[in-house]
Amino acid sequence: MIEGRSTMERTVTHPIGDELLIGYAAGLLPESYDLMVATAVSLDDDARARLEGFEAMGGALLAEAEVAPLRSDSFDKVMERIMGAGRADTVHVDVKTPRIDATLPQPLRDALGGDVDTLRWRGVGMGVKQIVIPCGDDEATARLLSIPGGQAMPDHGHGGTEITLVLKGAFHDGDLRYARGDIEVADDAVEHMPVADVGEDCICLVVTDAPLRFNKLLPRIAQRFLNI
Amino acid sequence: MTFDTRDEGHWAALLVSVGRDRDREAFAELFERFAPRVKAFLIRTGLTPGLAEDCMQDVMVTLWRKAHLYDPTRATVSTWLFTIARNRKIDMIRKSRRPEPEDLPWGPEPEPAQAEALALREDSRRLAEAVAQLPPKQRDLIERAFYGDLSHSEIAAETGLPLGTIKSRIRLAIDRLRHAMDTDPPRAAGGSGK
Ligand SMILES: [Zn+2]
Ligand SMILES: [Zn+2]
Repeated sequence: MIEGRSTMERTVTHPIGDELLIGYAAGLLPESYDLMVATAVSLDDDARARLEGFEAMGGALLAEAEVAPLRSDSFDKVMERIMGAGRADTVHVDVKTPRIDATLPQPLRDALGGDVDTLRWRGVGMGVKQIVIPCGDDEATARLLSIPGGQAMPDHGHGGTEITLVLKGAFHDGDLRYARGDIEVADDAVEHMPVADVGEDCICLVVTDAPLRFNKLLPRIAQRFLNI
Repeated sequence: MTFDTRDEGHWAALLVSVGRDRDREAFAELFERFAPRVKAFLIRTGLTPGLAEDCMQDVMVTLWRKAHLYDPTRATVSTWLFTIARNRKIDMIRKSRRPEPEDLPWGPEPEPAQAEALALREDSRRLAEAVAQLPPKQRDLIERAFYGDLSHSEIAAETGLPLGTIKSRIRLAIDRLRHAMDTDPPRAAGGSGK
């Protein structure tokens, strides 16, 4: 199956929320949230349209911003840089990323240095694998999780907010099914047990802004999850 | 409250001619118009006047260098500059580049795009007017959301802004791009040309 094209046409059932899109548009999110939004938007044209709508709102604010006095040599300095730049610098041609049928959207491939088949996973028990994605932010953690088909995640609560974006496969949480492009947000009020659909492994991008509290058993797994 | 978005067509034409013809006069006019607003906007978001000046200069240099990528059917000049200023500001603060959504071709479109560019400007003008006419309380909410002193869950979903129209406009543009890509001959494979 050609993932690139067909998933673009697929309607996301559980789309990313406006509050994340506004935060991204305004440029005010922590880095791991930016990664989440950029990845989700890559998989959801409707979210992209909403995002660009919020950016238009930012444009409206900029258009009617008051005017700040410029440094007296502002314009000259800018012209100097423009005219003084080497040819390679000035004639800057952006090479469009060729569309490839990758499982991971571009922002994630950039963050990880490759697509799913080239990644170095770390087992965390029960067949679950993860990769912690370095994001340089203290506020939240981003990781890629791979859960074997049919496998349940340990029952857990949340000390903060957990955002899960499905990249491959699918999982059920209660009655709801989440597939590629879908997002589940769980806050500290939620205690749940997502179960990967039987069949292929379920790969998700998960951003958490506080350590998960695993409720029962598997303390070792919990520890290894937390100890990152 | 006046919005010069009536003139968006004018600014868009100038930006296109900077991209196409390296038109210095057009650039000077854009600079005069937008540099002080970009700087003021950056100050509102918390940069010191000194940093805002540096950031603004980077933005204007970028305007020159990337003008050829500006697509008037996808964004007004104000919106395009807003996103450049935002990204530049983030890059100044962070060590690593901010992740951005997978790219869609964001380049000049062939002819039939005229009407769509016009329609986008019209929608944007309506949005800008609506922002201007919001009751102070809601207006304040929007500003705080963008200037960074509001948690985003506080933002009311119902602001009464005509965001729906602009969203469907953008949605149309995105669909058009996607279909253009579908009919493209397959590109050369391989990860060269980074
Ligand atoms: Zn739902
Ligand atoms: Zn959870």
